Amino acid sequence: MATEITMPQLGESVTEGTITKWLVKPGDKVNKYDPLAEVMTDKVNAEIPSSFSGTIKELIAQEDQTLGVGEVICTLVTEAEGQAAPTAGTTEPEKAEPAAEAPLHASTSQDESENKRRYSPAVMRLAQENNIDLEQVQGSGRGGRITRKDLLAVIASGHLLEQKEATSTLAPAAAEVQRQTAAVKTVSVPSGKVEEIPVSGVRRAIANNMVKSKQEAPHAWMMIEVDVTELVRYRNKIKEQFSKKEGIKLTFLPFFVKAVVDALKEYPEINSMWAGEKIIRHRDIHISLAVATETELYVPVIKHADEKSIKGLAKEMDSLVQKVRTKSLKQEDMTGGTFTVNNTGSFGSIQSQPIINQPQAAILSVEAIVKRPVVLENDAIAVRHMVNLCMSLDHRVLDGLICGKFLGHIKNTLENIREENTPIY
Amino acid sequence: MPKISYIEAVTSAIREEMARDENVFVLGEDVGKRGGVFRATNGLYEQFGEERVIDTPLAESAIAGVGIGAAMYGMRPIAEIQFADFIMPAVNQIISEAAKIRYRSNNDWQCPLTIRAPYGGGIHGALYHSQSIEAIFANVPGLKIVMPSTPYDVKGLLKSAIRSNDPVLFFEHKRAYRLIKGEVPDDEYTLPLGKADVKREGEDITVITYGMCVHFAMQAAENLAKEGYDAHILDLRTVYPLDKEAIVEAAKKTGKVLLITEDNKEGSIISEVAAIIAENCLFDLDAPIKRLAGPDVPAMPYAPTMEKYFMVNPDKVEAAMKELADF
Repeated sequence: MATEITMPQLGESVTEGTITKWLVKPGDKVNKYDPLAEVMTDKVNAEIPSSFSGTIKELIAQEDQTLGVGEVICTLVTEAEGQAAPTAGTTEPEKAEPAAEAPLHASTSQDESENKRRYSPAVMRLAQENNIDLEQVQGSGRGGRITRKDLLAVIASGHLLEQKEATSTLAPAAAEVQRQTAAVKTVSVPSGKVEEIPVSGVRRAIANNMVKSKQEAPHAWMMIEVDVTELVRYRNKIKEQFSKKEGIKLTFLPFFVKAVVDALKEYPEINSMWAGEKIIRHRDIHISLAVATETELYVPVIKHADEKSIKGLAKEMDSLVQKVRTKSLKQEDMTGGTFTVNNTGSFGSIQSQPIINQPQAAILSVEAIVKRPVVLENDAIAVRHMVNLCMSLDHRVLDGLICGKFLGHIKNTLENIREENTPIY
Repeated sequence: MPKISYIEAVTSAIREEMARDENVFVLGEDVGKRGGVFRATNGLYEQFGEERVIDTPLAESAIAGVGIGAAMYGMRPIAEIQFADFIMPAVNQIISEAAKIRYRSNNDWQCPLTIRAPYGGGIHGALYHSQSIEAIFANVPGLKIVMPSTPYDVKGLLKSAIRSNDPVLFFEHKRAYRLIKGEVPDDEYTLPLGKADVKREGEDITVITYGMCVHFAMQAAENLAKEGYDAHILDLRTVYPLDKEAIVEAAKKTGKVLLITEDNKEGSIISEVAAIIAENCLFDLDAPIKRLAGPDVPAMPYAPTMEKYFMVNPDKVEAAMKELADF
């Protein structure tokens, strides 16, 4: 082991010196403060004194060579080094190494992802501008933090956006929907007095379902008009008696649902759903019924609607509406529907384009019954009770022809309702 | 291009300006026959005579005051303060008079004065010979403060300072005088005051600094380049008023900013740089703005170990750069 002697600082602002003459040679014994070499700087000529007593080992700097302050000019073996066993010197670094490494390991292994969601302003901005889902980005920063450079790499590769489109078709759009509904939150609000209404669970569910349906299912739309003059007459005739006997009101809706159920039996294609690789056709007919409150919309289900009479349907509907009003609907009351009927006529609408209640294949809305002058088959003009039935269909599952037939069946049923062919019980 | 030292660039800029314009003259302690304690005015006395290279008494207030008066009468004095630490008696003259003459006289008078002073530590100079004093003057509108890092910048900026019609404080790092050498063209050139300079292009982190620390950063950047870290280095050159545009651009380049000064940290030049970045770059920042500076202690210690602790050095710079790059 040898000790290094370096170029000393020989005055303020002096940063280098030139060795003009060596005063020692290798093997010479020197005492502390003995001159080793003559050196010239910008300011002074001086001698470099030895900082130790010992034996010169090697002269590293040449004469007339200029060295910076702190550079090694020669090495010497000090008296202490000469006497001490070399083991003292060699064991030291071995001990030092693991000690130096230990904290390093500790810090790197410390919870790899603790900073994964610590987003810097630069990262947030880039993610928003480029529509990047940060959950999908691998962070290279400390603690798994996503760095600005990570995002620039993602953007440069264009890889993430593709990846995202792929996953959105695989996983049934859950992430996509979340992104869409979340995007609404970031819409900039015009300044002025506003009120912020927190989005409740039901509202959130409605939003998610609507967005999902509109995005996933290509909606096609049809409408027919139906002359329900006979139905109105029949229902008006029996409603008082029904109300007295059953304790509930007899509305038009059970008649419409009954007509829909009959048509679904005739055209089971409508009673189906899209399932990616296949179309699932339901044997059971469970009718979802849209029931609105002031702020929310529920879609409880009439199970096995095909097994129920008009009275049965009326009772079931009444019970479901009561449950909605009293907020006592259970989860099982709302699942399993295969086709939805929406009574938009109850609030005066005469035309609507309903959004399909996913994953069902179609939805039908019953509009308001209105009196209109109509040209009859014998070219006479008469005032008739008319209603529009509007249907949205998932064009992946259904086409216009089958739906036209389906609507035609309903129309035919409704227009021919008479006391003798349509029992209430 | 010839390679010359930092201090040779100082001397050659003064010599050329004195030859070009007879209104330029030098005054200061020991600047004449002695050629300056650092030899910055070496040979000028012999070349231009005692009327243009004037030795003054040990009275900094007078050096500044005479300079201001001469400047107002149309001369272009270059006043040397032997050590920046000694400028304190002249502060009233500089701040109350030199900085305000144009404004106070409604643009009738001007003060084309250049005050040169060696500053900075790491030379075992202890408290009276090591200080950085730029921050004292860095909120005095009317002054410009130039602190170059390379011989090329020294020469180009000192010439511009001498030609400027307003007072310029020109601080030279005394450790750089003979340590830093660089290529300087023989042909006449000047560099604009108030403009920062990109000394190294990089993508990973931005280092903004000035003076000697530019060299520490460059050295650290070369080491880190071997490890795959690519540093962008901006040399402020003029520390007051700051080149805000260049600062914002450099900060936005990487979003990770390290600011370095060897001055005490609090209230330093880089504090203002940090504020500019915070005001303008919020949505481009990828890490907290990081500052590396001297500790907030009253003076540079004399003991070598303590001086080493105080001073910014390449190792400290490299460690700080790496930490920021890894953030």
